[in-house]
Amino acid sequence: MNLLITNARPYGEGELVDVVVRDGVVTEIGAGLAGARDESVEVLDADGAVLLPGFVDLHTHLREPGGEESETIASGSAAAALGGFTAVFAMPNTDPVADSEVVVEHVRRRGAEVGLVDVHPVGAVTVGLAGEQMAELGTMARSRAEVRMFSDDGKCVNDPVIMRRALEYASALNVVIAQHAEDHRLTVGAQAHEGVVASRLGLAGWPATAEETIVARDCALAREAKAALHVCHVSSARTIDVLRAAKAAGVRVSAEVTPHHLLLTDAALTSYDPVNKVNPPLRTAADTRAMREALAEGVIDVVATDHAPHAAQYKDTEWAAARPGMLGLQTALSIVVHTMVEPGLLDWRGVARVLSERPAEIGGLPDHGRPIAVGEPATFALVDPDGVWTVRGGSLASKAANTPFEGMRLPATVTATILRGRITARDGKVAA
Amino acid sequence: MKHLLSVTDLDAAAATDLLDTSDRLKQALLGREVRKLPTLRGRTVITMFYENSTRTRVSFEVAGKWMSADTVNVSASGSSVSKGESLRDTSLTLSAMGADCVIVRHPASGAAHRMAAWSDRDHEATGTHTSIVNAGDGTHEHPTQALLDAATLRDRLGGIAGRRIAIVGDILHSRVARSNVFLLATLGADVVLVAPPTLLPVGVAEWPCRVSDSLDAELPALDAVMMLRVQAERMHGAFFPSAREYAIGYGLSAERAALLPEHAVVMHPGPMVRGMEIAPSVADSASSAVLAQVRNGVHVRMAVLYHLLAGAPA
Amino acid sequence: MADDRRGDPAGEGAPTRELLSAADVTRTIARIAHQIIEKTAGTENVVLIGIPTRGAVLVRRLGAAIAEFAGTAPAVGVVDPTLYRDDLRRRPARALEDTDIPEGGLDDALVVLVDDVLMSGRTVRAALDALADHGRPRAVQLAVLVDRGHRELPIRADYVGKNVPTASDEQILVLLEETDGSDSVRLRRVGPEANPEESGRES
Repeated sequence: MNLLITNARPYGEGELVDVVVRDGVVTEIGAGLAGARDESVEVLDADGAVLLPGFVDLHTHLREPGGEESETIASGSAAAALGGFTAVFAMPNTDPVADSEVVVEHVRRRGAEVGLVDVHPVGAVTVGLAGEQMAELGTMARSRAEVRMFSDDGKCVNDPVIMRRALEYASALNVVIAQHAEDHRLTVGAQAHEGVVASRLGLAGWPATAEETIVARDCALAREAKAALHVCHVSSARTIDVLRAAKAAGVRVSAEVTPHHLLLTDAALTSYDPVNKVNPPLRTAADTRAMREALAEGVIDVVATDHAPHAAQYKDTEWAAARPGMLGLQTALSIVVHTMVEPGLLDWRGVARVLSERPAEIGGLPDHGRPIAVGEPATFALVDPDGVWTVRGGSLASKAANTPFEGMRLPATVTATILRGRITARDGKVAA
Repeated sequence: MKHLLSVTDLDAAAATDLLDTSDRLKQALLGREVRKLPTLRGRTVITMFYENSTRTRVSFEVAGKWMSADTVNVSASGSSVSKGESLRDTSLTLSAMGADCVIVRHPASGAAHRMAAWSDRDHEATGTHTSIVNAGDGTHEHPTQALLDAATLRDRLGGIAGRRIAIVGDILHSRVARSNVFLLATLGADVVLVAPPTLLPVGVAEWPCRVSDSLDAELPALDAVMMLRVQAERMHGAFFPSAREYAIGYGLSAERAALLPEHAVVMHPGPMVRGMEIAPSVADSASSAVLAQVRNGVHVRMAVLYHLLAGAPA
Repeated sequence: MADDRRGDPAGEGAPTRELLSAADVTRTIARIAHQIIEKTAGTENVVLIGIPTRGAVLVRRLGAAIAEFAGTAPAVGVVDPTLYRDDLRRRPARALEDTDIPEGGLDDALVVLVDDVLMSGRTVRAALDALADHGRPRAVQLAVLVDRGHRELPIRADYVGKNVPTASDEQILVLLEETDGSDSVRLRRVGPEANPEESGRES
């Protein structure tokens, strides 16, 4: 199956080009290749859209198995494809927990069956996410699921001994440990960022120090273990200082920020609408500013969605009873454009870096985040930079509708997503 | 006024209206044998308490009955709540049964706000109209407690503007403190918080009040001192070392109370822990307004029900 | 607030016609005082109860006049009938007015209710209910400065300062020094577009 993409602008730079794809691989790039097509070629007129490598999300909750009322691998894959993603890392806090080869292989296989996006299961660091006994990292890494990232996400590997051993063990497997940095002893009952807003609203505080101290500790442990550490969803400005110092000292640490932590603040909490409840919590305007700068600087490596669907019964409750989490896959690109590209903090090369190249590198995916060049896989996202759309949770592909961006008018639309030469989404619809 | 969720729903004029109404209701009932007004005949008021509070629930119930409303009490245990029904379903069920007003006490901050949002959404869909009154939500607010405290202060001090009022104790976990700080500030009082740093909320510097760590230094210039309940279990959270050390620093002993000016009022929202927070002789002294607070509670809650339910729907 | 319907006669622009001058008001009050003295002669325990706002002003003046003419001062109080009204649901919650029952109470007293304008009779009905909750008077009489007609209940006044036949689009403005700066009673046409519910005095 062959594909011809016409009138595309790679990285938003230079003249419009045509891209010829054969068997999932780019064979030609240049102007005026459209004339060379024959009957068997599918043509995708990019109409001047920006051509980027397909996005890679290091942090997705697909909820299957066990949480199918909120999301399934099929519905989450559709949301991913529509958001421009070609690979997602599915977090292990499912039911049962993805702490064994049986579960991770199931997730990988279901992802392949759906076929809209490469679904890479993340394995649990500890059995049942309980933080006590290390899960069989080696077995999962060597399984058909080829697990390359492990995390207890949703919970922190709080015990320093367990975290140390996990990092040491992971270093030999050449896998990365992704930490949800939250010292649970400092966040008992926590409901919101510890600050002025939470105090006024009577919501127990989640202090930024609970994140900073774990990141500092883990960087020290990773340095000694010579292991790869990935910090999930950085939310506090001071965590960035810790990361900068660790990177300067040569620690193998990478970090992600979510779209919502780039844009939203705890000021949204005054309605007590739990659609704004997320862990780590929305913080202050100073924090969002610091996130943007750190992402531009590269101290924060990537944007990851922490896409966390929750069915209405888990969200339309009183604040304390609501589950934390927000949808993210279909809004990620637009939030990045809004918060980073429009203010001039990132160009399209930068977008490719934070949404595709670096995440693929961190997650160990050799065929994602590749250059747009002859001989490389045809795995792309096409973005209309002038598109504008209004977010409606009910219209998103996820089974749940818990988007905090409801009603916002956002810039940039994903017009097509291509996975190894196959169109997975086009003009807001997934491939049949 | 459609709901009463937070004292920040009230500007100075609206709060004063409520306090005036409370005074007039008190007058209207003064010296009467028949303490019953026909004003809310045929209106249904439901109290729904997810936490035990005899004091507040009975006060609302008496307020409703004195105004001839049909009052129904729902407690969380023994109802569908204990069978796992969501707050939303319970709330909408009570609306569908014709509740004109639901008075809710809930351990989650913001629970009353959520119920009001559901009620408003339901109103758009079905035309039912249910007012929500916050009778205490988590560590957020307890607006009628602040109103009854303000009514008591007005009675005792002749006014609130310019009066210096200290709130002492566990500010961090106190919805009474939050409601009082913001209502008293709205009414022009000079509010000072006295507490160990561990029991002060982060960001308290942004509140319309002053913070002091010395009760002794504040007492001589106070018009009123409001002692808060300190829950013994706070000790286990390492908020302070011992009840003894707390009492030494922040308890209102007889010796301390003697530092207060003659006219100053001593208040406590109850229930009191005599000894640790307040010496029995102080709680029972002439300057103590503890029982006046309880009496005013009924009239203030009548005033709230009057403003919510007596007039045309907002 | 209960008097918003009476409005500000100077500010509203509509032309008003004077029915009673300041001197007329004083004379009328004096006349009602004499009538009350005459009709209640020999009665112990007469209590005058005003209906706020202007009834509460009139009741004090009547009490003073009676004290002057009869040599003994009747007990004077006020009762706010708002909590007993039958039309509360028709508009946003009204502010309450003072209630002040004289020390001796109302049991076995001859109560004279005092209001400025009598119209539908609904306010008087509410006041009668309120009185009943405060005690059991031996009898209740009614004194008003102006009776403008339009009764909706079987209620009539025992003492009337002036009968003024009115149209429903007219408004009676009772102005008293204590509340309005000077005494007078005026008639104003509020026009057909005005809602008589909102503009007319509906006592």
